[in-house]
Amino acid sequence: MRNLLRHHLFWPVAALVVLLVANTVASPSFLAITVRDGHLFGAPIDILRMTAPLLLVALGMTLVIATRGIDLSVGAVVAVSGAVALSYIASSSDPESPVTVLTAIALALALCLLLGVWNGFLVSVLGIQPIIATLILMTAGRGVAMLITGGMITTVNSEPFKVLGSGFWLGLPVAAVLAFGVFAVVAFVVRRTALGMLLEATGINPAASRLSGVRSKTLTWTVYAAAGLFAGLAGLLISADTMAADANNAGLFIELDAILAVVIGGTALSGGKFNLSGTLVGALVIATLERTVTVVGISPLVTPLFMALVVIAVTLLQSPRMRERLTAATRRPVATTPAEPQPAARPDSTEVKA
Amino acid sequence: MATSAPARAPRALKMPIRLDRRYLPVVGTFVVLALMLVVGGSRYDNFVSPAVISNLFINNAHLIVLAVGMTFVILTGGIDLSAGSVLALSTVVTAALLQAGWPPAVVIPLAVGAGTVIGLAHGVMVHYFQVQPFVATLAGMFFARGLCFVIAPESIAIDNASFVSLASWVQIFGGWRMSSGVLIALILVGLGFLVLHFTRFGRTVYAVGGGEQSALLMGLPVARTKVLAYVVSGTCAGLGGLLFAMYSRSGYSLTGVAMELDAIAAVVIGGTLLTGGTGFVLGSVLGVLVLGLIQTIITFEGTLSSWWTKIVIGVLLLIFVALQRVLTLRRT
Repeated sequence: MRNLLRHHLFWPVAALVVLLVANTVASPSFLAITVRDGHLFGAPIDILRMTAPLLLVALGMTLVIATRGIDLSVGAVVAVSGAVALSYIASSSDPESPVTVLTAIALALALCLLLGVWNGFLVSVLGIQPIIATLILMTAGRGVAMLITGGMITTVNSEPFKVLGSGFWLGLPVAAVLAFGVFAVVAFVVRRTALGMLLEATGINPAASRLSGVRSKTLTWTVYAAAGLFAGLAGLLISADTMAADANNAGLFIELDAILAVVIGGTALSGGKFNLSGTLVGALVIATLERTVTVVGISPLVTPLFMALVVIAVTLLQSPRMRERLTAATRRPVATTPAEPQPAARPDSTEVKA
Repeated sequence: MATSAPARAPRALKMPIRLDRRYLPVVGTFVVLALMLVVGGSRYDNFVSPAVISNLFINNAHLIVLAVGMTFVILTGGIDLSAGSVLALSTVVTAALLQAGWPPAVVIPLAVGAGTVIGLAHGVMVHYFQVQPFVATLAGMFFARGLCFVIAPESIAIDNASFVSLASWVQIFGGWRMSSGVLIALILVGLGFLVLHFTRFGRTVYAVGGGEQSALLMGLPVARTKVLAYVVSGTCAGLGGLLFAMYSRSGYSLTGVAMELDAIAAVVIGGTLLTGGTGFVLGSVLGVLVLGLIQTIITFEGTLSSWWTKIVIGVLLLIFVALQRVLTLRRT
C-alpha cells in the first residue's frame, strides 16, 4: 500500500479516476462505447480525440523540461502550422487532391521544425534563458501566423485533410491514433536507448554532463526542434478538426495546458528526471477535466476557476513540503519496520531545485 | 539557475569599476525610445507632440503599474503570470460593486485588495510550499480569470457619478494632458523606485534575486521578502485593474488576456534580467513606453496591419535579450 502511495503515477491516476467516477455518477452512460458504421463512439473515445493535440504538445514539453528548459512558443507554433497548411490548400487549384494535402502537411511541419530549431539555437548556442528565448517566438509567432493568413480566418473544404481531424482508422479517431502512435515511438526511443538518461543528465547538471562527454548542446537543440515539430503536428490536428486556421485563437493557452499536464504527471519544472507516462496521464486528466465540466453541468464560464482549484490541489499535494508531511504521517504508524532507503531520494530532488 | 550563482561572486567585487555596465541595458532602451521618437517625428507630422506623448502615458498607465509590480517579482528571480487576469478581476470587482450601489471609497480598496490577497496566496505557495513561481501564478491566473466569469460574464458599464468624475479628472498644461490614471501610475513608479533603492526591503529584493542561499546565510529575511514581492505584484495588478476600469469606464472579464506577457516583455526590454537580481523600475517604465510607441507608430503608419506590432515586439525582445547576453558574457 505504501509503495502504491509512493508511486509517481499514484496522484495523477487517482485524479483521473476521481474525474471518471464523477462523470459516471453525473451521467451513468458516460463510459459506454457504441459502435456505429464500424467506428467507435462515446465519451471516452471523444476524450482520446481531444487529448491528441495536447498530448503531442505535452510530449515535446516534457523533453524540453527534462533539459531544464521550457517552451512557451508551442501555442504560436500551433497557429503557424494551421495557417501554413490551410493557406496552401486554399490557394491550390485542387484542394481535394491528396498530393496537395500531403505537400501542405510537409510544408507546415517543415516550417514548425525550423521554428523549433530557432528556439533551440537561441537556447543552446546563444545561451539565452529558455523562458525568454521562447517568449520571443510566443509573441512574434502569432503575428507571423496572422501574416500568413492575411489576418483572416482561413477555411477550406478538403476531404483528405479533414481525415486528420475527424477521420477514423480501425474504428479509432485518426487524430488519437496519430498522437498516441507518435507518443509510443518517442517513449520507446527515449526509454529503450540511452537518450532519456542523457537528457536527464543534461537537466540535472548541464556542466557536469558536458564534462563527462554528453553532447548537451546538441541534445538541447534537438529537444526544442522536436517540440516545434510535435506542436506543428498538433496544429494540423487542431486545424483539421475545425477546418479553419484562426491565427489568434488556435492553440491559445495550449502551452499552459501542456505545462500543467507535465507538472500533473510528476515531472518537476526544475528539470532532470522526467516521466512520459505521467505526462500521458496528465494530458488525459486535463482533457477529461474539460469534458467533466460539460458533463457535470458546470457553466463553461467557471471552467478556469475549476481548473485552478484542481491545479492548486495537485501542485500542493506534490509540493516537497506537503510530501514530507504526508510521508511523515504514513511512516509513523509503521515505525517498527526499518525505513527503506527510498526517502533518501527525496532531499536529493529538492537539492536540485535549490 | 543554480550554475550561474557561483559566477556572480567575482562580478560583485568588480562592481565599483564597472558600475556603468549595470546601466547599459537601460541606456540601450532609452536610445531605442529616442530613436523611435526621431524616426517617427521625421516620418509623420505631429508625431512628437504633447498630445501624442500624453496619450502614450494615458493609454499605457495600467501597463506601467503592472510592469512596476512585475519588476519586483522578477528581481527576486520569480515570475507572475497572473497579472493580466488579476487586472481583469479588479476591473470586474470595481464595476460590479459600483453597479450594486457601493460607494467608491469602499469599492476602490476592495478592488486593489483582491489583488493583494491573490499576491499573498502566490507568495505563500511559492515560498512555503516550494511550488515553482511559474506554476503557482499560472494557477492564480486561471483562478482570477474564473472568478471574473463567476462575478460577471458580461461587460458592466460604470456610471457611478463620483467614480466617473474621478476617472475623468484631467490636468492640462499647454498641450500636455495628465489623467488621474497617469498621476497614480507616476506616483507608483516613484514609490517603487524609492522602495527598491532606499529601503531595507528593496535591498533585500536585490539580494534574494542575486543569490537566495547567500541572502539566507547573511540572515536576511528571505521568506518575508519573497512573499512581499508577490504581494506587491498582486497589489499592482489590482491597482492596474482600477486604472483600467477608470480608463475604459467598464469592467469586463476578458480584459487583459496575455497582458502579463506585455508586462514581462516591458520589464525585459527595460533591462531587467529574468534570473533576478539586476534591473530597475525606471527601465521597466521605459520598456512600457517602447511597447506603447510601437503601437503608436503602427497607428500613424496606417497601412501596416496590427499584427506587425507582435512581430516588432518579438524582434525587439530578441535584440534586447541578445544585448543582455553579450553584456553578461563579457562580465563573467
